[in-house]
Amino acid sequence: MKYNVTIGLEMHCEISKTNTKVFSSAQNGYSEIPNSHVRPIDMAFPGVLPVVNKECIRLSLMMSEILHCKQPEYMYFERKNYYYPDLPKGYQITQNTPPAPVGMDGYIDIEREDGTTFRVEIDNIHLEEDSASMNHLYDISTIDYNRAGVPLLELVTKPCLHSAEDAVAFLEYMRAVYQYSDISEADSKKGQIRCDVNISISENEDLGTKVEIKNVNSFGAVRDAINYEVRRQTELKQAGRYDEVEQETRRYDEETGTTIRMRSKVDAIDYKYFVEPNIPKYKISKSWLEEIKASIPELPYERKAKYIKDYGLSSYDATILIKEKSIANYFEECLAKQMDAKAAANWITGPILGYLAKNEIEIQDCYMTPDRLKTIVDKVQEGSLSSKQGKELFNLTLEKQQEPLKIMKEQNMVQISDEETLHKVVEEVLSENPEQIAMYHNGKTNMFDYFVGQVMKKTRGQANPVKVKEILNEQLK
Amino acid sequence: MEYMNKTIVEIHEALKRKEITSADLIKESLEKAHKIQEKTNAFVTIIEDAKPQEVTDELLSGIPYGVKDNYSTKGILSTGSSNTLKNYIPFFDATAVENLKKNGAVAVAKTVLDEFGMGGTGTTGHTGIVHNPWDYERMCAGSSSGSAASVAAGVYPYALGSDTGDSIRKPAAYCGIVGYKPTYGMISRYGLFPFASSLDHCGVLTRSVEDAAIVTDAMKGLDKNDMTTWDSSNIHLYENLSDSVKGKKLFYIKEICDLENYPNANEELKKHLQNFQETLKKCEELGMTVESVSVDQKLLNALPSVYVVISCAEATSNMSNLTGFIFGPRGEGNNYKEMMKDYRTKGFSPLIKRRFIIGSYVLQKENQEKYFKNAQRVRRLIVDEMKKLFKKYDGLIMPVGSGPAKLLDGSNDILKEDTTVLEEHLQIGNFGGFPSITIPNGFVNDLPVGVNITGNCYEDQNVLNIAYALESKMNYKNQIAKEVIK
Repeated sequence: MKYNVTIGLEMHCEISKTNTKVFSSAQNGYSEIPNSHVRPIDMAFPGVLPVVNKECIRLSLMMSEILHCKQPEYMYFERKNYYYPDLPKGYQITQNTPPAPVGMDGYIDIEREDGTTFRVEIDNIHLEEDSASMNHLYDISTIDYNRAGVPLLELVTKPCLHSAEDAVAFLEYMRAVYQYSDISEADSKKGQIRCDVNISISENEDLGTKVEIKNVNSFGAVRDAINYEVRRQTELKQAGRYDEVEQETRRYDEETGTTIRMRSKVDAIDYKYFVEPNIPKYKISKSWLEEIKASIPELPYERKAKYIKDYGLSSYDATILIKEKSIANYFEECLAKQMDAKAAANWITGPILGYLAKNEIEIQDCYMTPDRLKTIVDKVQEGSLSSKQGKELFNLTLEKQQEPLKIMKEQNMVQISDEETLHKVVEEVLSENPEQIAMYHNGKTNMFDYFVGQVMKKTRGQANPVKVKEILNEQLK
Repeated sequence: MEYMNKTIVEIHEALKRKEITSADLIKESLEKAHKIQEKTNAFVTIIEDAKPQEVTDELLSGIPYGVKDNYSTKGILSTGSSNTLKNYIPFFDATAVENLKKNGAVAVAKTVLDEFGMGGTGTTGHTGIVHNPWDYERMCAGSSSGSAASVAAGVYPYALGSDTGDSIRKPAAYCGIVGYKPTYGMISRYGLFPFASSLDHCGVLTRSVEDAAIVTDAMKGLDKNDMTTWDSSNIHLYENLSDSVKGKKLFYIKEICDLENYPNANEELKKHLQNFQETLKKCEELGMTVESVSVDQKLLNALPSVYVVISCAEATSNMSNLTGFIFGPRGEGNNYKEMMKDYRTKGFSPLIKRRFIIGSYVLQKENQEKYFKNAQRVRRLIVDEMKKLFKKYDGLIMPVGSGPAKLLDGSNDILKEDTTVLEEHLQIGNFGGFPSITIPNGFVNDLPVGVNITGNCYEDQNVLNIAYALESKMNYKNQIAKEVIK
């Protein structure tokens, strides 16, 4: 028996596009050097005070508007009190209790791959500070305060999702939205995105017992954790042991692909929230909100619609192109260089994305700039290179990290389109193969390809295949 | 010739005339500090290597002063009078200290307080009890105990204090000096070890209203590190000091001040309240009117509980950074929990632990509405009531405490329920962030007592002017503690 699955998500995304942290004047940036982006407040020295970074508020309100949320009348923060070595103040400054969050009661519509859409209801989105990061070694733990105080947006959905696929589609789209709105790089490799997943199953409309899975750090892991947890709960229910599903917090273990119990609800921590007294409440002006709304950049679905409508791309290609902002930007740069939209889309969704995935690099670090790509595409389009040669040149350019024109010259890569030259080669081939000609005339039409192949061989692949075929057709009449 | 018993302007003029140097002043101040340390135990640190500063047109340049040990002082031990920070040397200055440094002021001592400001007796600091320079068997009150004792003893003309309930204004009364906390946010709290952030104020202890104005002018200002500060650049307290207070309207709270409300009053209390009435007469002689105003007794009775709930709640959170991992002596144990527990168990005094437990209790989910939120609501009611009165009156004038300094052995400390509000009413100034100043207004049994004037927010000049005029009508300006011979 299949049960109704209900999923709610908490998506934490660091705001990476501000110069400084949310309540600290330390640099907001990823660094390999531990404890290099630290001010006294990040280590909670006695007497330090939080100072709100206005740009963080602006970006948070922007995300609140993108999610169709209600914004609070007053901006203020709360303290979430608990002890852990990665939290030097002993409390996190956050926005827990309504109406504190920057956004409340919103929604966003998500398009599935099959073209259908679904709506994700947003409970709230709130601005808070990240904790320090810890590294647990064999007999010691080290703390890096670079991350302490980095602005973090926590988005909390209502329990409104019903499959791992929808959950991941939502998360992927939200990642793109963070990138497009220039709020965050939203790079999970840098730990900028972390998720908590709430799951329950039920045979009717009522919600079952909610299990929370904490700190799931990639979308793949979200999918696997949901699927595992649904299976675990289903098996217990089918075995008549549903009472063993407890309202509890579990964590996802990537190595074993299972979820592991951390603590039950009875042991839930009382965070003793209260309003942060060092940050005065202040009114958010209507005009500022409107200003922010007007400044929301073009979002992924808007670009997708444009690609389909204005450039005639398929929905499939458009979906791939918009997934990452950097890829969509690359595509648009190609268009700006007068490249044919469909050709550009084909090159990007095929060879380029393949190359990036294989080499695990970002498009901005890829040697194949839009200029270089255009050089290759132009050569093919004007007939100087065959499409096969084009692919070869593409690969060589990336392999040698050299300009395509230089490679063409060195490798003598040209397409022979000159009729006189080609005539000569065709005649040569035909005169060398009388038997094959006879076979051809006797009905073995596939000998035609043999002749084409021979011509290509003699010209070391440089003959223009279209022209060769034309000449052959004439000669073999 | 002595200088440290003089006013700031007098000392400044002597420096300008080159009658004395900054180095001479420091020497005198340090010598006096050592002398009174034996008797009063006012200091955590005497800064032996304090450097003379160039004498400029700034009134404070080259002149020594004391700093309460809960202010961060760069490169100088800052303990908060707690074992949890007994080895902590900050690498930055509190903004108020930095501002004084810019004016050329010379810090020569760090003074004892009740541990992290949580106390009103001067008996809970980790270096021991602070004794009152008027009578060593008596307390200075607290928590700015060492600052009050040293200013009263003439070690320097002023010392910094902090005030969460009455921690500047009560010790000032017990030591016969001036204690002033300006409007919340006038002086930055950056670098001040927090007790209860919404109630904490920086301020100063001096021997005259004029000196309080001079020092506050130098300490105050908008601070990019403290969001609760406000721009006071158009306020020049010293420059605008004026004793023309004719026509000003004062009020006092009948329920707290009238002797008839204390049927069991002892002699001390009687004298104290009678003395207060004498002071009111002086106000009238200055051309001010004084009216008796009735405030709901229920509201007044709620003061101490509201204070305990809010201050303990904020304190327990504020002091959660004290784990011994980053600063302070690291605790022992096999894991972080054990280490933290060891450090906090050994480091905090029982009084503070008790307050943490109260703070945690009132913030718990199931209790928060009943205790913490209600305390905040009552705080609002009290503040609204005061603001209403400040629309009609220029200031509130009240006696400080129920008499002079209490004996340290507690033998005269007959805890009568009916004086609780009299002892605690200065907390109103913290609830509303009101400017509030205590000045000496006489003696009871040869020991100094004080009177307090509190005004509406941002009315600092008005409050100081009233105090300034009243001070001129009495003979306690610039008094130095003389040991009372019993």
